Amino acid sequence: MASVSVARSGFRAGRVLARALLVGAVLAVLLLMPQAGLYYVRLADDVLIYVLLALGLNLVIGYAGLLDLGFVAFYAVGAYSYALLASPQFGIHLPFLVILPIGAALAACFGILLGIPVLPLRGDYLAIVTLGFGEIIRILLNNMDAVTGGPQGVMMIDVPRLAGYPLISPRGFYWLLLGICIIVGTLVLRLERSILGKAWAAIREDQDAARGIGINTVRVKLAAFAISASIGGLAGVIFASFQRYVSPESFTFNESILIVLIIVIGGVGNILGVITGAIALIVLPELLRGVAEYRMMAFGFVLAALIVLRPEGLVPRSFGPARLARWLFAP
Amino acid sequence: MTGLLLQQFVNMATIGAIYALIALGYTMVYGVLRLINFVHSELFMLGAYFCYGLLAFGFGGIGSVGALAVTVAFFAVFALVGFTGVAIERIAYKPLRQATRLAPMLSALGLSLFFQSAVQVLAGPQPIRFPSIFPGTRIMVAGAVITTTQLGIVVLAVALMLLLAAFVARTRLGVLVRAVSESPRTSALLGINVDRAISLIFFIGPGLGGLGGILYASYYGIMYPTMGTIVGLKAFTAAILGGIGSIPGAMLGGFLLGFVEVAGTALLPVLSGGILGTDYRDIFAFIVLVTVLIFRPTGLLGEQISEETMVYKRDY
Repeated sequence: MASVSVARSGFRAGRVLARALLVGAVLAVLLLMPQAGLYYVRLADDVLIYVLLALGLNLVIGYAGLLDLGFVAFYAVGAYSYALLASPQFGIHLPFLVILPIGAALAACFGILLGIPVLPLRGDYLAIVTLGFGEIIRILLNNMDAVTGGPQGVMMIDVPRLAGYPLISPRGFYWLLLGICIIVGTLVLRLERSILGKAWAAIREDQDAARGIGINTVRVKLAAFAISASIGGLAGVIFASFQRYVSPESFTFNESILIVLIIVIGGVGNILGVITGAIALIVLPELLRGVAEYRMMAFGFVLAALIVLRPEGLVPRSFGPARLARWLFAP
Repeated sequence: MTGLLLQQFVNMATIGAIYALIALGYTMVYGVLRLINFVHSELFMLGAYFCYGLLAFGFGGIGSVGALAVTVAFFAVFALVGFTGVAIERIAYKPLRQATRLAPMLSALGLSLFFQSAVQVLAGPQPIRFPSIFPGTRIMVAGAVITTTQLGIVVLAVALMLLLAAFVARTRLGVLVRAVSESPRTSALLGINVDRAISLIFFIGPGLGGLGGILYASYYGIMYPTMGTIVGLKAFTAAILGGIGSIPGAMLGGFLLGFVEVAGTALLPVLSGGILGTDYRDIFAFIVLVTVLIFRPTGLLGEQISEETMVYKRDY
């Protein structure tokens, strides 16, 4: 008897140690990332921007079950808000922290404007209308030369300042993005558990039944659209302040698709999946640099193969943050 | 004035015929699998490249080849693109029939990226001049200049569509296709080989799309690896405008979209007093798309799709 319990406690101690090492390793990577070479920090910034975007889109696709193929439009709205309100384009130079909420709010307004007419639609129809909307926004950006600078875009965007310090290095942006991702991720997680999140789940599983139990489906879907759009807007503002240059080139249909792919390949409706997907899909093309010109070809092939082999995504929906926490801290 | 109107009418018919031809592929696939076949725009592009390759390497030059070579190339491209379509269905869609509806759509997008970059690597990213496959004569009618290319495109596209309509309406295989698009489940219960019908659809649809690519490249005299993206979206719009799943709908939708686009582009600078220029050409398709879907999601000729068939699989 005694020997069994000793063996078990030894085993348990080993497991605790292994988990502590795992958590430690993740924390170490997150904290030491900025010490790495500039190339890696830039890559990490890229990953974090896409984590943020995917967190936003995941609200609509993963939680509410609505396929939005024009998400990049909200990203563009955020980016152009910063570009126009903090550049010589109109001679307006508002501070970064003021534009951050403006961009998010503006994107949310666009989300609601788009949402009101399209939300009665279902499934593929919704997907196609949002796709059309995304293209319309891009074409407008491309052609309204007087406002957006047309295909040349907006240049010489102000350096953002945080508490008086200019934010210019990828390292500074790493911390900013990490902070925002953690805040948004926590908010999204809370939302998922809230009554609103449950209403989204109800709509996703069966819209008619959801309406039957008294959920105002249109209003709940609008909330999903608005919140997700505002996260997209947030990401856009940061993107513009980081690049200090925006043009319609950055907001093509392919960009929307990349974000959808991140969510689906990572794992729909699961924050852990979204993060995994962003890391996989942003780092993968960098790893494929070895095959140079065949890079995008290989990337497309791997994407298709991943979907065919794991249609449910790399991280299954059931393995969410709660499950991870239980697994990590369970005795 | 008559000359101008006639000119614009011919322009509409030409581009509309091409849209209609491509829209057929979208609508046939959607009718059976409820799947937006995003790879279709790449198959359209492949059609032009295959034709160029065949004529340039098989017949020693493009532009000055005889009618026989062009005809052979036409049939060959139809078969080549058709078999590519069948292969795509086998590899990327069939394993996902039981998965969520999002999965095949995204594997299609992955393949789309694959084909685009493959062509970019093999043929180069730069646009390639594509001489018209029709003899280049101009005909003057009442002040309008009509090229034989335009006439050829319209005649050929309409002939292909009539052939398809006859095939679907009259032949045994056509009955198969109709039955499966009506209800795959019931067809399977009645002993119809659903997989064979789906393969057939994935042969004909992409084949027609590939021919559309040849016609498009002939019309604009140019081809490039990303030419499918915007044309594909427009053709898909045409399919929705006519009622997705409906073959006559796709034909009607294609011509209507051509009409709206050409008329809109011609009238916009006049109506807005020169503020909005012709560079807004691409926006019409999307405005039509959004409007149709909001006010009449079943399109012009589409049958009322019941909730049951629409959501027989959980939406995303």
